[in-house]
Amino acid sequence: MSSSTTNTTTISTAGPPSRRNTELALLAFSVLIPCFAYANVGLALDGEMPSGMLGYGLGLGLLAGVGHVVVRKFARYADPLLLPLATLLNGIGLVIIWRLDQAPRLMAKKFFHPSAPNQLLFSALGIALFVAVLIFLKDHRILQRYTYISMVVALILLVAPMFFPAKFGARIWITIPGLGSLQPGEFAKIILAIFFAGYLMVKRDALALASRRFMGLYLPRGRDLGPILVVWAVSILILVFETDLGTSLLFFGMFVVMLYVATERTSWIVFGLLMSAGGAVFVNTFEPHVQQRVDAWLHPFDAFKDGSSDQIAQALMAFGSGGVFGTGWGQGHSDLIGFAANSDFILATVGEELGLAGVMAILLIYGLIVERGLRTALAARDPFGKLLACGLSAAFGIQVFVVAGGVMGLIPLTGMTMPFMAQGGSSVLANWALVAILVKISDTARRPAPAPAPSPDAEMTQVVRP
Amino acid sequence: MNKPVRRIAIFCGLLVLALMMRDNWIQFVQAEELKTHENNRRVLIARYSQPRGNIIVDGQTVTGSKETDNTDFKYKRTYKNGEMWAPVTGYASQVYGANQLEKLDDPVLTGDDDRLFFNRTVDMITGKGKKGGDVITTLNAKAQEAAFKGLGNKRGAVAALDPRTGKILALASTPSYDPSRIAGSDDEKAWKELTSDKNQPMLNRALKQTYPPGSTFKVVTAAAALQNGLYKDVDAKTDSPLPWTLPDTRVQLQNEGNIPCKEASLRVALQYSCNTVFGKVSADLGNKKMIEQAEKFGFNNPKLDTPVRAAESVYPKDNRPQNAMAGIGQASNRATPLQMAMVAAAVANNGKLMEPYMVDKLRAPNLNVIETHQPKQLSQPLSSDNAQKLQSIMETVVEKGTGTNAQIDGVTVGGKTGTAQHGVDNSGNPYAWFISYAKGKDGSPVAVAVVIEGSETTRDDIAGGRLAAPVAKGVMEAVLSTEK
Repeated sequence: MSSSTTNTTTISTAGPPSRRNTELALLAFSVLIPCFAYANVGLALDGEMPSGMLGYGLGLGLLAGVGHVVVRKFARYADPLLLPLATLLNGIGLVIIWRLDQAPRLMAKKFFHPSAPNQLLFSALGIALFVAVLIFLKDHRILQRYTYISMVVALILLVAPMFFPAKFGARIWITIPGLGSLQPGEFAKIILAIFFAGYLMVKRDALALASRRFMGLYLPRGRDLGPILVVWAVSILILVFETDLGTSLLFFGMFVVMLYVATERTSWIVFGLLMSAGGAVFVNTFEPHVQQRVDAWLHPFDAFKDGSSDQIAQALMAFGSGGVFGTGWGQGHSDLIGFAANSDFILATVGEELGLAGVMAILLIYGLIVERGLRTALAARDPFGKLLACGLSAAFGIQVFVVAGGVMGLIPLTGMTMPFMAQGGSSVLANWALVAILVKISDTARRPAPAPAPSPDAEMTQVVRP
Repeated sequence: MNKPVRRIAIFCGLLVLALMMRDNWIQFVQAEELKTHENNRRVLIARYSQPRGNIIVDGQTVTGSKETDNTDFKYKRTYKNGEMWAPVTGYASQVYGANQLEKLDDPVLTGDDDRLFFNRTVDMITGKGKKGGDVITTLNAKAQEAAFKGLGNKRGAVAALDPRTGKILALASTPSYDPSRIAGSDDEKAWKELTSDKNQPMLNRALKQTYPPGSTFKVVTAAAALQNGLYKDVDAKTDSPLPWTLPDTRVQLQNEGNIPCKEASLRVALQYSCNTVFGKVSADLGNKKMIEQAEKFGFNNPKLDTPVRAAESVYPKDNRPQNAMAGIGQASNRATPLQMAMVAAAVANNGKLMEPYMVDKLRAPNLNVIETHQPKQLSQPLSSDNAQKLQSIMETVVEKGTGTNAQIDGVTVGGKTGTAQHGVDNSGNPYAWFISYAKGKDGSPVAVAVVIEGSETTRDDIAGGRLAAPVAKGVMEAVLSTEK
């Protein structure tokens, strides 16, 4: 605990600059770049400026502006990078989704309806959620009170999709009649992080210290280990019943990271790796869906011979065809990937149309968000905020790695979405909420320490009037 | 708790670094391989995003490009008079690839050829799309039409050459197909129909099918007799008993009908198409010498490119009786129509065999010629002297022998008929053959080979003269009418 106040250079009583104007300048870029991108796509596809240009620019500008004003008012000392980076990704994502809407190959599909209007609506709702979190969450430490409620809610959210039919081979949606479908896993990510942070804050000493040494590792007591094993089992069960490799990997990874941070014991990493390896082997042996994914990863081009899904191969060819500089906005053919081109595989479109340069930029933006989140964790003054910021950032980073790695053929594909960019309401909403919480924690972390209370000794030197 | 957080930060940094390295790997190191992968549809999309260059005959294009409403492939190939030109052009299909000239000259037609680099660069700077170049063929439109119409609804093929240069003038094959039918992206039905048709409309019989050449091969045998000095004078009596028994057997070789073959001169033997005389010539010369002579005419060459590769015509290594049969174009002797046209052309060109070719020039979109084919001599199967002797007796065949149907007023025509038996115990309908050339003042402008499969009408040796000769005549007349 004592270490939490060292190395927090942003905290000083001198009153650091709030950096709100930096944020505003960066936001201007985050709005301008997608606007140019939008114009570029329109020019490439139709040879004229897209008709919705003004509306789109104003809309995105307005959303960013509202976000900024609320940050200025309710999180004055927040990290200046998080909002602009998220806005930039969301804006670029909208342009790509709109661009894929124009793809004749997708339009020819039977159940085609454009995704961009929906996505714009969800982006607006996402920023509304961002604003709501900033306004109503006075202090992130309040969340600590809801540790066990969070656990219950998260488990309900995770279990719920089992009662709804599977889509595209994975049971990760719940369908609300009239409203559409929702991916509760995305929200469960945040709520579980709150539970982990609350639980670990209380148990960290027990987990770290009350253990026996065994073969050079510290083994914790059963009553402390119990809940961990339960979470591990639940994540594997989710995988088995909902055939959702990505979510279980994400939760488990997030949990191991938070455990490690809370206890400062490397042995947890070893346990985590052992357990996930065991789980992976078990699942790979018994779950045909996962086996298919692994086969598709190892031999992506076999799809053309045996007629299985050619999405990975198509994505790889999209990346390859983009080369270093890409074909330019709107001039690629990444819609060949098929129905998931605008969700799971949206990075392939970036790869084809913006090339290696574009993907590197996007990955850097994601990396920056993660590292700013971890920076916030370093700076946070309370262990709960530290754990929560660290968990959320690591989860965000793992998700980006799992999705992008899957799309690029680095690891088996798991069917998660690129945060902010991919089409999908739940994902956009949840990630805006995630960023809002990080912003809130960073605000608390960077806020100047309150002026020291007047010292009682000072009064002694008061001039006493005669 | 800050130490582990820092380590997590490094870990997340490594995750992003791994992604970046992977991205460099697929978008830089592997990019070319993925870009040109056989399953990468972008290759086809790019290929059909602009009109293809054309294949040109006599200054007129026989191909075209049509804009489609297909989402992937903007242009598709069209063919003018596709059935007639299919053996020359081949097809270019959005789905099934391409063959023949469409395939061999694909880089020029699509504009990807390195020699078009300058054009492409200029087009890129001026903002024009990529354009394909043209392939200018050696074919003669009138000769092709005569050949195609002459074959009519019969199964068969015609190959015609200019003996002086080796230019291919006509290359017809029936039944044929219209490549336009399979050019598009939704022509699966037509493709299946064409590939499963037992008449094999997509088979290029003129280049790709070998037949027993039958009596037309006697020209080669006669050439072998002259070249090897077996007989020096075409009008001198030969040592040809009748009946004649195949060597090492007790089988008597039959002639078609009661014709004067006993001790007949080469001229008479060719005029009446005597099996006994030429069978004995082949037997007397032996297998080795016959192979040598046949190879000089182009047999046993597996790599005869026009630039479309012709099937290999075979004069086999064989025992004595089989060699004697091969000498009259039976047994395992096989020849393509092109090969037999080459035989006629070599004789007509005073013994010099020119390499057959059908692409004269390749032309850039700006009409600059990027490649011109130079005529090349392939071999000298006959001395000039012997060639003229052979011409003289081939002309007798047309004058008063089996080939009278090929006579053209005021023009010297030499030829040889053939009727090739095939199938088990000769059960199949014989192939009617005719090879011939026409002679003008300065050499022969045309040599032609015609084969008609499965003619039910007649099984005797006259069939070649009756069925195939008129077709050859039509082709020769067409070429003569366009000469000068």
